[in-house]
Amino acid sequence: MWTVVSALFAPGLQRPIHPLHAILLSFPLPMFLSALLSDIAYASTFHIQWINFSAWLLVGGLIGGGFALLWTLVELVRDRSTRSMRPFTFAGLMLLMWVLGFINSLVHAKDGWATMPDSLWLSSIATVLALVAAWIGYSGLRAGDPR
Amino acid sequence: MMRRPLLLLAAALALSSCGAEPETADYGADPALPEPSRGLLPSMVISRPAPWGEARPTVPQGYTIEAIATDLKIPRQTLILPNGDILVAEGSGGGAPTVRPKDIIASFIKGRGKSSVPGGNRLTLLRDVDRDGRYEVNSIFAEGLNAPYGLALVNGVLYVANQDEVVRFDYSDGQTKANGPPIHVSDLPSAINHHWTKAMTASPDGRFLYVGIGSNSNITERGMDAEIDRAMIWQIDAQTGAHRQYATGLRNPTALAFQPGTNQLWAVVNERDEIGPNLVPDYLTSVRERGFYGWPYSYWGQNVDRRAQPQDPERVAAALRPDYSLGSHVAALGVAFSNPNMGSAFADGVFVGEHGSWNRSVPVGYKVVFVPFRDGHPAGDPVDFVTGFLGDDGRARGRPVGVSVDPRGALIVADDLSNTVWRITPTVAAPASK
Repeated sequence: MWTVVSALFAPGLQRPIHPLHAILLSFPLPMFLSALLSDIAYASTFHIQWINFSAWLLVGGLIGGGFALLWTLVELVRDRSTRSMRPFTFAGLMLLMWVLGFINSLVHAKDGWATMPDSLWLSSIATVLALVAAWIGYSGLRAGDPR
Repeated sequence: MMRRPLLLLAAALALSSCGAEPETADYGADPALPEPSRGLLPSMVISRPAPWGEARPTVPQGYTIEAIATDLKIPRQTLILPNGDILVAEGSGGGAPTVRPKDIIASFIKGRGKSSVPGGNRLTLLRDVDRDGRYEVNSIFAEGLNAPYGLALVNGVLYVANQDEVVRFDYSDGQTKANGPPIHVSDLPSAINHHWTKAMTASPDGRFLYVGIGSNSNITERGMDAEIDRAMIWQIDAQTGAHRQYATGLRNPTALAFQPGTNQLWAVVNERDEIGPNLVPDYLTSVRERGFYGWPYSYWGQNVDRRAQPQDPERVAAALRPDYSLGSHVAALGVAFSNPNMGSAFADGVFVGEHGSWNRSVPVGYKVVFVPFRDGHPAGDPVDFVTGFLGDDGRARGRPVGVSVDPRGALIVADDLSNTVWRITPTVAAPASK
């Protein structure tokens, strides 16, 4: 168990991901985290503008995250040389994060308090997934000399 | 009588086969109210428009329907003038800003069920010179208005409810054009204007105007600040323009009428969406002065809507139950009391124009119904009076809005999809009243 975790999170020498891929990957975590915070703000104040903020933040996270996911999938298809599970784990996490983020968007399209409490749960899980995906992604996905 | 068990059976079959929405909603004073439900996606079925061609709306046997005006610019409400002329208010209001990603998508989808013609912002006058049922004169009475909707004539003054103010014109019998520009009477709440229509009627003595002001949201999703002076009926002094709140908690009162021979105001009200195909019933009700009818905190009396937060148990406890359910999502936009010249079967009651649903997988509405009255109150199920607006192909030929009853015995229906005014008359002249 520990070897899997350490292989994922402390993988030794890995090639950094492409800068553009990195920029796209930088969207989901701050946006989903902000959405979670504004969900909490709505839940504790009833001020509707907070849940409106959440809805747009989710869209931002989904757009950046969607392109990052697409990049990951294209790389998976194009580069089959790797024996490591890292790219597959990363792609799986990104996919799960994106799908939950999308469902969360649909929940945020409900009116008023109908968003609660589902939005809090979904925003929390999506934020954690975005954190883990970012951690793995920024640790590098493929073995090789640093550029 | 045999048809009812058959219908019930059909409904039961439909229920068991798709497990979703029964064909017919529940009517009357005590409708069944299922538990609120909403999936990840709201049910939306938009009936795409199609031209009438040779087809015509269906009316009961013994009645005739004619299009008395076509190619109008979004006709909404009509008013029968004392000399038999008909005024038609044409326009399209609203324009609430996009606040959420949902607004972009929902307005695109709902737009697919509407006419592409821009609103006329005018009043058109129709006149049947020789009383043969054909309205030869079609002239513009006034233009440059702002989404006019409610119309009322009292003591030689024509009042028009624009989406942002009540204005008046002097009117004398036979006039086909206004004498001058509209004169301001009273401002109306118009910020955001999510539900923009301003229904209007006048008290029998002509002293007061009553204006229906819809809510600024489905269920407070624009915040409670946006709902100040919304979801209520105003009473406006016709002379001074001063107003007070006559009744509140009415989500979207889209048509008002006084019961003939009484001082009783009636309204049809569109209730909230997105808690299921059979919630919440749109209703017809006598309006109690200073009454509170629940929106946003509760519906049909004390049924709490958890979407409105913070809640207000005191107001919920005070919420009145409406008189008569017309069915959920039918979108009642017109109401008019009948008279004996409409024929004996339709003499006592109200006609209700139902624009038709969008928030339901099995469409409802898209017709004009007659709610029979007995002893001054609704009695019995609504009866279809004008149907065929929604074809078997699922496409909408028309969508009824305002209805007016001509004292001589004719129902006038404004149709804002095919931009037509329809006139329905008993084929054989009914015996005159009394």
